[in-house]
Amino acid sequence: MIEEQQLIVITPDQLQSKVEEMKQGGYRLVQIGCTQVPGSLEINYSFDKAYTFINLRIVLSSEKETLPSMSSVYLSAFLYENEIHDLYGVTFSSMAVDYQGNFYRTAVKKPFLNVMLTPEKKEGAA
Amino acid sequence: MSKRTIVPFGPQHPVLPEPIHLDLVLEDEKIVEAIPSIGFIHRGLEKLVEKKDFIEFTYVAERICGICSFIHGLTYCIAIEQIMKLEPPPRAQFLRVIWSELSRIHSHLLWLGLMADAFGFESLFMHSWRIREKILDIIEETTGGRVIFGSAKIGGVRRDITDEKLKEILKKLETYEKDIREVTNVFIQDSSVKHRLCGVGIVSSDEAYALGAVGPTLRASGIVSDTRKLGYAAYNQIDFEPIVEKAGDCYARCVVRIRELFQSLDIIRQAAARMPQGPLEVKVVGFPNGEFSARTEQPRGEVIYYAKANGTKFLTRLRVRTPTFANIAPLLKMLPGGSLADVPVLILTIDPCISCTER
Repeated sequence: MIEEQQLIVITPDQLQSKVEEMKQGGYRLVQIGCTQVPGSLEINYSFDKAYTFINLRIVLSSEKETLPSMSSVYLSAFLYENEIHDLYGVTFSSMAVDYQGNFYRTAVKKPFLNVMLTPEKKEGAA
Repeated sequence: MSKRTIVPFGPQHPVLPEPIHLDLVLEDEKIVEAIPSIGFIHRGLEKLVEKKDFIEFTYVAERICGICSFIHGLTYCIAIEQIMKLEPPPRAQFLRVIWSELSRIHSHLLWLGLMADAFGFESLFMHSWRIREKILDIIEETTGGRVIFGSAKIGGVRRDITDEKLKEILKKLETYEKDIREVTNVFIQDSSVKHRLCGVGIVSSDEAYALGAVGPTLRASGIVSDTRKLGYAAYNQIDFEPIVEKAGDCYARCVVRIRELFQSLDIIRQAAARMPQGPLEVKVVGFPNGEFSARTEQPRGEVIYYAKANGTKFLTRLRVRTPTFANIAPLLKMLPGGSLADVPVLILTIDPCISCTER
């Protein structure tokens, strides 16, 4: 194994405080990424400090859930959050820069979301 | 307060080889704010893992970038190898180091040329690329390709470099080192170059770290960080220390890359001297099941390949965080305070690769 990588699963309520802890602990925000697994979305926040790699993971049951933006803690987070919004449809509140879905100019909306976790209601449907 | 003007810069612009757009807020000639836009050519290559089996995808990973293609392929292979608990043979690990460092040398020479072109020193641009061609010739001799090496493979490498060929390459590199020193001395010493680069686009060490900068952009601000120190491939058997400069300006970023050229030559010599005989690959049996974030040091900085697999031949997810994506936020710190004429130099100073970023 090249390096041991820690994975800590947290709830959306813990996100702000945990990310602030990482910042105060001197960690660099490496990336924020999203993965669709059956029935849910995993949002991974990766951090590094002196070659120690830690992931905070949030599991969302629907792409319609809103997460708080971490751009107030790490400014660069807004780039990753806009990316996840455009590829998966997850919304982040209070992003430092909100591209309103125009960060990636894709032919289809939410191209990386294979199955809608919360299907859109059709007009007129009961 | 002067009147504010917004100047749209890119995505098509003579100094930009690839499409990135900036809304520059100016007060007279001075930049006060910059808002970036990318996503003009997003290719969605990550999603192809759902249709290409995990062995075949190595070819796609190599094609994410036309400059650091080998390291993209290598990082993908490392991610899968870590999930499958595969240990490539030692000779393959050393060959991976040699091709990685040849990639770094040709990439940095390409960047030096582009930078010289950006500040209007055409002959310096041509000399940088003249030497780069010779490095590409070595890459072609050893892999058969100049852009896409096709040498990375899950479990090892596809090709060998014979001991005779290696000696020949080392001899050539000795000559090229003199050429590189001659050209890079101009970058380091010439007053007109210094005039364009010194004190421009300063990013402090705290700012670079907080904004998530990677690679030469981070190290030029005084932060000691080089993913090669993780010891992947055979880097754990090579003696080297990250190249660090402290000024945090365009000149420091240029000097870091120049010093890394000589460091890469030294690493190749060490790898050639320590490379054992033996097989080039281990057999891949079964399908990956698990997840891992592989990290390597590309010429532009740390790249991340997050792979998640479920025991079938198709991965569940592949996420690639490229160094240019990480260096966009620091670019937004470099631009304010600069003049409109500095914009090409400031953008190039992070060595942007939009092809990688629009994976």
